[in-house]
Amino acid sequence: MEQANTEHSHGLHMDPQVEYSSSKLGMWLFLGTEIMLFGGLFAAYAIFRAKYPEMFLEQHQELNREMGAINTCILIFSSLTMAIAVSAIQKGKRMLSSILILVTIVCGLGFGVVKYFEYGAKFAHHIYPDTSIFFSLYFMMTGLHMLHVFVGLLILGVLMVLTWKGKFNEKYSTPVELGGLYWHLVDLIWIYLFPLLYLVG
Amino acid sequence: MANHAVAANVYVPFLEKKGLLSWLLTTDHKRIGILYLVSISLFFLVAGAIALLMRFELLTPASDFVSPHTYNVLFTLHGSMMVFFFIVPGLAASFGNFLIPLMIGAPDVAFPKLNLGSYWIYLLGTVIVAIALLQPADTGWTFYTPYSATTDADVILITLGVFVLGFSSILTGMNFIVTIHKMRAPGMTWHRLPLFIWASYATAILQLLATPVVGITLLLLIAERSLGVGFFDPAKGGDPVLFQNFFWFYSHPAVYIMIIPAMGVISEIIPVFSKKPIFGYKAIAYSSLGIAFISFLVWAHHMFTAGISEVAATIFSFLTFLVAIPTAIKVFNWVATLYKGSIELHSAMLYALGFIFLFTIGGLTGVFLGALAADIHLHDTYFVVAHMHYVMIGGTVMGFFGAIHFWYPKWFGKMFNESVAKLSWFLIFVGFNVTFFPQFFLGIQGMPRRYATYPEEFESLMALSTYGSWLLGLGVLIMTVNLIKGLFSGEKAPQNPYGSLSLEWQIPSPPPLENFEEIPHVTDWTYGYGKKKEVDA
Repeated sequence: MEQANTEHSHGLHMDPQVEYSSSKLGMWLFLGTEIMLFGGLFAAYAIFRAKYPEMFLEQHQELNREMGAINTCILIFSSLTMAIAVSAIQKGKRMLSSILILVTIVCGLGFGVVKYFEYGAKFAHHIYPDTSIFFSLYFMMTGLHMLHVFVGLLILGVLMVLTWKGKFNEKYSTPVELGGLYWHLVDLIWIYLFPLLYLVG
Repeated sequence: MANHAVAANVYVPFLEKKGLLSWLLTTDHKRIGILYLVSISLFFLVAGAIALLMRFELLTPASDFVSPHTYNVLFTLHGSMMVFFFIVPGLAASFGNFLIPLMIGAPDVAFPKLNLGSYWIYLLGTVIVAIALLQPADTGWTFYTPYSATTDADVILITLGVFVLGFSSILTGMNFIVTIHKMRAPGMTWHRLPLFIWASYATAILQLLATPVVGITLLLLIAERSLGVGFFDPAKGGDPVLFQNFFWFYSHPAVYIMIIPAMGVISEIIPVFSKKPIFGYKAIAYSSLGIAFISFLVWAHHMFTAGISEVAATIFSFLTFLVAIPTAIKVFNWVATLYKGSIELHSAMLYALGFIFLFTIGGLTGVFLGALAADIHLHDTYFVVAHMHYVMIGGTVMGFFGAIHFWYPKWFGKMFNESVAKLSWFLIFVGFNVTFFPQFFLGIQGMPRRYATYPEEFESLMALSTYGSWLLGLGVLIMTVNLIKGLFSGEKAPQNPYGSLSLEWQIPSPPPLENFEEIPHVTDWTYGYGKKKEVDA
C-alpha cells in the first residue's frame, strides 16, 4: 500500500503515485464490466450455435471473409501502433507519440469504412438483423463492437490533440495509457468476434 | 483509535455554501451523498404512495377503485421505481458516498468528478423514466418476454432509463472499490476497516459484475422491439426463457446489492448501542464477500416453473440453500454482540433490532421458496410477495431508516425528536407486520400475485393487509415529518452523541469541507467498546 501524504494534506491533491495506480485499477475494473457486457452476447452465441449448428454453418458463408480478415489485420496493427505510442510518451517523445496515435485513428477509421461496405452489401442482399438468429447475433455483436470503436476513436482524437499540445510527458501520461488499454480491449473483442462469426466450421 | 485535534478556527462545515449550483456542481462526496439521499427518498415516497393505492384497490374482491389495466401499470411503476430508483442505488450510493471516505480517513473518494458524473447519469435515467410515464408500461418490473416484446405500451423508454441507471451504478461501484483500495488512512488495514466498508466493497463488486449483464439484456429487448431481433421470440427460433436467465443473472445479485449495505449498517449500529465489541468481526466481513460470490450461482431459482431441466433445478435449489450460511453467520454474530451488552434502545437501535427480527423471517421464508418442491406450489403467489417485502422492507428499508437515524446528527449537525422517532418506528414495525404477515397465508392458500381482483374467501386477510398498509404509511409519514422538522428546528448535534469509536465521529458535526484537518493515523480497529480487543492485520 502506498503511504498516503501524512503531513498537512489539506485539499484533495492525491499523491501522484497513488493517483496513477488508482486510475489504472479503475480502468481495469471498467474493462471487466465491458467483458461482462459482451459476455451476455457471447453466451447467447454459444446457446444458439449449440441449438442451430447447421444455420451457423450455412449462413456464415454470406459473410465476407476477406473483408473480415483485412479488418482483423488493421485492428491488430492499430493495437501495435497504440502500444508504441504509449511507450513513446512515457519516454517523453510527444511528437512520435501523437503521430502514432494518429496512425491508430486512421486504422480505426479504415476499420469503419470496411465495415460500412460489409453492412451495405448485407442490406443490398436483403439481410437484416431480423433475417435469422445468426444475423441477429452478427449485427448485434459487430454493431455493439462498432459502437465501441467509435467511442475509442473519440477518446483517441482527444488524446492525440492533448499529446500534440504537450499535456503529457515522461512524468505524467496516465490518460494515454488508459486510452491505450481501452483500445486494446476493442481489438481483443474483435479477435474473438472474427473467428466466431466468419470462420464457423 | 486515531486521535487528532480539530482546530476550530479553520472549521468550515461542508453545508456552508448555498445555492442550487453549489449542489449540482459539487464534487464533495458528502453533498453527492445528500443528492442521492434526497432523490432516492422521493422515489421511495412516490412508489410507496402507489403501493397504498394498490392496497386500497385490494380492500374488496372486485376491481372497483382502478381498472385491472391501471392496476398492472401501478404495480409496474411501484416495482420499477422501488427497485431501480430507490433500493438498488439506495444505501450504497447515499450512505456509501457519505461514509466511505469518512470511515477510512480519506479526504474524498478516488474520483470525485466521476462521482458527480455518476449522479448526473442517475438523474438522466430518472428523466427518461419520467418521460416514459406518459405512456406507462404494464409489464411488471421484470420486463419478461414475450409479453414485454409484444405489448402496445412503451417498453423501450423505461428500459432505456434503467439501462442508463446501470451506468451510474457501475461507475459508483468502480469508484468505491478504488477508494477502498487506495485511499485508506495510514494504519487503516483491511482488518481494521469498519464492517460497513466491507459491505460496501462486496456490494461494489456485484455492481461491477452483474449490472453490465442486465444492460445487454435490456439492450437486446430494445433491439427485439425496434429491429426485430429474435433472441427471445420462439417464432424466430429464439427462447423467452433466455431472457429470464439473463435477467436473473443480474437481478438476483442485485437483491444482494440491495441488502448487503443494510447489513453493513446493522453491523455499525449494534456494537455502539450494546457498548460491546462486535462479535466475530472477520466472520461478518468475509460473509459479505461469501454472499456476493454465491449470489452469482443461484439465479435460476426464480425459474423453477419456467421449464428448466430437473437436473438444473435441483442444482440451483441446492446452491440457493448455501446463501443461508453466510447470512446466518451474520445474524448469529449480531445476536452474540447483543448478548450481555448494556443495550441502549435508541431509535437507530430499534431499527437494527427490527432488521434482525424481520430479516430472519424474510430469509427463512426464502429457504421455503428455494426448496424445489415447495416452490412449485408457492411460485408467483402472495407468499413470494410477502417474502420479498420482509427482505426488502424488513431488511433493507429498516437498515436504511436505521442509518438515517444513526448518522443524521453527523451528516446534518442537528438532532431530531427522539420520542417521535420511536413512535414512528413502532407504527412502521407493527404496520409492516400487519400488512405482510397475512400475505404468507394468502400465498399458501393459492392467491396469485399481480391481480386486481380475487375470490371472496380471501377478503378478510386482504382487508387486514390493507389496514396494515395504512398504519405503515402513517408511520413513514410521521418519520419523514420528524426528520425534516429536525433540519430546521432541531437542536445542534454534538460531535459524538453515542460515544462511537469510528473515524467519522471524531470530527465535528457536520463534517468540515475537507473531512479531516489532518489525515488520521489509525492504530486500532473500530470496535473496541467496553474493553480493548486487538485484531491483528
